Amino acid sequence: MEKMTDKIKKATRHTNQNEGLIFEKSSPGKRAFELPPLDVPKVDLAKALGAQHRRDGVEGFPEVSEIEVIRHFTRLSTWNFAIDLGMYPLGSCTMKYNPRVNEFVARLDGIATEHPYQSQELSQGCLKILQLLEKCLLEITGMDCITLQPAAGAQGELTGLLLIRAYLEKQGNARKKVLIPDSAHGTNPATAVIAGYEVQNIKSESHGQIDVDKLRDLVTEDVAALMITNPSTLGIFEERIPEIAEILHAKGALLYMDGANMNALTGVTRPGDLGVDVMHLNLHKTFSTPHGGGGPGAGPVAMKKFLEPFRPVPILVEREAGKLALEQVRPDSIGKVRAFGGNFGVLVRALAYILAYGPGVRQATEDAVLNANYIRKRLEGVYDLPYSLPSMHEVVFSDAKQKRNGVNTMDIAKRLIDYGFHPYTTAFPLIVPGALMIEPTESESKEECDLFIDAMTSIAQEAAATPELVKTAPHTTRVKRLDEVGAARRPVLRWKPASHSKAAD
Amino acid sequence: MRYLPKSPAERQEMLAAIGAKSIEELFESIPEKYRLRDALKLPGPFSEAEVIDYFKQRARENSLGYTSFLGAGVYQHLRSVITDTILLRGEFLTSYTPYQAEISQGTLQAIFEFQTLMCQLTGQEVANASMYDGSTATTEAVLMAERLTGRSRVLVARSVHPEYREVLRTYAKNSGLHVEEIGYTKNGTVDAAKIKNALKDDVAAVVVQSPNFFGVLETLPGIADAAHAAGALLVVAIAEGVSLGAVKPPEEADIVAMEAQSFGLPPSYGGPFAGVIASRDKFVRQMPGRLAGETTDTDGKRGFVLTLATREQHIRREKATSNICTNQALCALAATVHLTLLGKAGLREMAEQNVAKAKFALSELEKIPGVKRAFDGPFFNEFTLEFPRSVRIINGELLQEKIAGPLALGTAYPELTKHGLVCVTETTPRSEIERFAAAVRGILSKPL
Amino acid sequence: MAYPANYRYTKEHEWVNAKDGVATMGITDYAQHELGDVVFVELPEAGKKLETGKSFGTVESVKAVSEIFAPVSGEVLEANPALKDKPETINSDPHGAAWMVKIKLSNPAELEKLMDNAAYEAYIAAKGKEASA
Repeated sequence: MEKMTDKIKKATRHTNQNEGLIFEKSSPGKRAFELPPLDVPKVDLAKALGAQHRRDGVEGFPEVSEIEVIRHFTRLSTWNFAIDLGMYPLGSCTMKYNPRVNEFVARLDGIATEHPYQSQELSQGCLKILQLLEKCLLEITGMDCITLQPAAGAQGELTGLLLIRAYLEKQGNARKKVLIPDSAHGTNPATAVIAGYEVQNIKSESHGQIDVDKLRDLVTEDVAALMITNPSTLGIFEERIPEIAEILHAKGALLYMDGANMNALTGVTRPGDLGVDVMHLNLHKTFSTPHGGGGPGAGPVAMKKFLEPFRPVPILVEREAGKLALEQVRPDSIGKVRAFGGNFGVLVRALAYILAYGPGVRQATEDAVLNANYIRKRLEGVYDLPYSLPSMHEVVFSDAKQKRNGVNTMDIAKRLIDYGFHPYTTAFPLIVPGALMIEPTESESKEECDLFIDAMTSIAQEAAATPELVKTAPHTTRVKRLDEVGAARRPVLRWKPASHSKAAD
Repeated sequence: MRYLPKSPAERQEMLAAIGAKSIEELFESIPEKYRLRDALKLPGPFSEAEVIDYFKQRARENSLGYTSFLGAGVYQHLRSVITDTILLRGEFLTSYTPYQAEISQGTLQAIFEFQTLMCQLTGQEVANASMYDGSTATTEAVLMAERLTGRSRVLVARSVHPEYREVLRTYAKNSGLHVEEIGYTKNGTVDAAKIKNALKDDVAAVVVQSPNFFGVLETLPGIADAAHAAGALLVVAIAEGVSLGAVKPPEEADIVAMEAQSFGLPPSYGGPFAGVIASRDKFVRQMPGRLAGETTDTDGKRGFVLTLATREQHIRREKATSNICTNQALCALAATVHLTLLGKAGLREMAEQNVAKAKFALSELEKIPGVKRAFDGPFFNEFTLEFPRSVRIINGELLQEKIAGPLALGTAYPELTKHGLVCVTETTPRSEIERFAAAVRGILSKPL
Repeated sequence: MAYPANYRYTKEHEWVNAKDGVATMGITDYAQHELGDVVFVELPEAGKKLETGKSFGTVESVKAVSEIFAPVSGEVLEANPALKDKPETINSDPHGAAWMVKIKLSNPAELEKLMDNAAYEAYIAAKGKEASA
């Protein structure tokens, strides 16, 4: 097997512990946690609950000791890649540094401990946090009002479309269709359907932008909205967005912006100024809240004034003497998209991030765009660049050159793991066959960018000279390529006692 | 700025390599009139100490030092410090969704363990890797039932959490679902006779919650039989998961929608929490959310992958089972660590303590003249009391005693104007229960 | 793999084998190759009416879902039960053991509109040239 050159080698994380499932370490009578003794009279459960409701304990639940729990999860954690270890060049995911002070403040007594139903007199601190975050996000987006309720980007998209529907319904006609570019993220069409709309795809033009002429033809009084991502999923700014807004508005349709790529815009331009009517933000992308292996996130929705009456309840209001309150009743509100007010803990982290930067948050955007363009320049000859318009915070290559040797974007991504990086986004956006979508974010130093460029260059050389090495990657991970086909054909989605197989050595 | 790893010299080097004279050149694709000239008006920049100070000040303006008797879907339970020890490991905290399985085995195995724990708790065959919360899990469970049966009527008990019902209404409006509410009896449980009457062959799902919003345990077998006889599915929502340590799981349910907040997640003013959908194997392809499955690698070693992804938005797009992408993975991990620590004995003991404390609190409060329990069904750690005067006024007085009193039910249930929902968990000391009862007695003994 | 001479084929890569008013159908070797490893098949129940050109089921690989379109119209008599447990048969024997549905033809004349094996082989050969261009 190939040796990796020293300057590219990065430590791998896989310490080869054959840690099994926690259930496999379980043994009756072991305990990891004790409760303080009961200080009220004990109760006979069968009497209290009734025999038909009584349960004797959860069958199969683990019984292990404290140190085994610590070791188990610590070992598991060592099998993961993470931002704390190295770069995730994942396009449109904005895998930036998750500031640790955000974790500290979210856990404070008086922050983590608050109950959403406690009286508003006891919640002024929480409400002030929400108010300040609202103000900051409105300043950043250039919009008029906002809801912090949605739990993630997809839920934000749904909220946005429901706002649009409610507004149009009030005008007399909710309309039938939502236009979605073929470069859009999968949540866009999935969401439109849940909002009760028909999806009409609009093909991008030759530069990967929205085809404005085609748009003009497609926008009829049957169209409720266009969902645009800006910059597009190609990382390219939609220069004609003000014109696009006008075309829609002229026919009474609205412009929804998927804010996943705000990391290219924050502090430099504001979607509200560009003609966007309603948009969502991904706090777990642009605003640094941690991905945690798949969430939690938050997807606040910012909107222009005319959509204000339809906002989900509760609404934060300021009363006399600066007292803040949550109003639960609004006649035209679309209702609630989730219980309680939102992912408050995530909102706290996002506010902490904004406070740390202050007005200087533009520097983060500039560094993000600088990193992406630097990588683009250095890899331009090495990988095919299907769209040549200027990139903002992310760049999309294709595997066209490497495909000639039978090496595709998935293979290159897997080989990148051997070099100590997480793969970039493969096979998306759909309009670029064999896409390599790269977003470094501002959190990568020049050194890390250079290492990434060297790794990608080296892999391109391998694809030409020794393609098999790339096609069978990764070689240095704790597990090799996993059988996804078998997992889908005969799904095993839980551990079961007795007949269950043990970990292979 | 401490989060930006670039020196001014490096920025210049990189610009030179790109061939740009200034960073402004890289933003030229934004029409000039839309490029901001001035910095945004934002507070800060704050050093780390200033960030901490800001939030500590906010914390002091909240409920520090108060004892709370609030539940209603968000519960105070013991949480081991070990949960955060694990959660704060960078490899869990700062990792991404495990699409690249080879370097995400930690996350994937933890998800597999979570799915298993949820099945064990709920008595179901398969569980997903998390929804946003209990309210959206319940809603998605109903949408799942709609897809499975091809029907569009839904019967929902009024004893289901009001906010869960509100979320369902918001989603239902646009999916052609017709939601009907079924009232409750004097026991505080859903009116099973009314359900039977309403069940026709156009009902997709019957939705109940147990313990329900009033704290009462629902009797499921009769409702399940009636639903199934009509070809409908039974969806059971669970807001207080600790109850499953002492209460029989809803095995009759076709789909269980559970809130996992009680398992190691702090109340955090309403979120982030974690919802779970658990169901039968035969329904798995209509289940929303991520699923981690066991498999082997090319060497035959056991590993885990996200599987059955063709249900999801990134492949199925407009035909997906849900639009969910980012879910609540780290919260699910917290629940996994917490439940592993509690273990079989710990969860049972915690549940038993909840029942005992709640029973004790009820007996103390019922000694107060004019205070009585509103419903007589069995309960876990919450119960509804009827008071001789407005709960809001009582709560206003209780605040002076640094007590956050019961939830006034009159807004969500206009027929229950003098009723309050009391929650007592293993975290409430006996002395506080006694102090609460004494305070209520004192307030009620004063003339209006 | 050879394309049976007595079958008829569609541009969407389905095959039909008709005899005495009953048609057996499935997807072609070309289709299974494009899809990759098949993990799941969704087929209609007996009694369902199929309309020419309309989707009647799906075939899933790990990363993609493809619809199957009815090459001719008729009523479903039987869906292949073997594909439930062994969807991989579509990859190994797409023209034989991996038949998907048997239908009672409602309009046998529709068969005339479909390609024979020579025409289909020419069609996919041209596609191959397009792809590598």
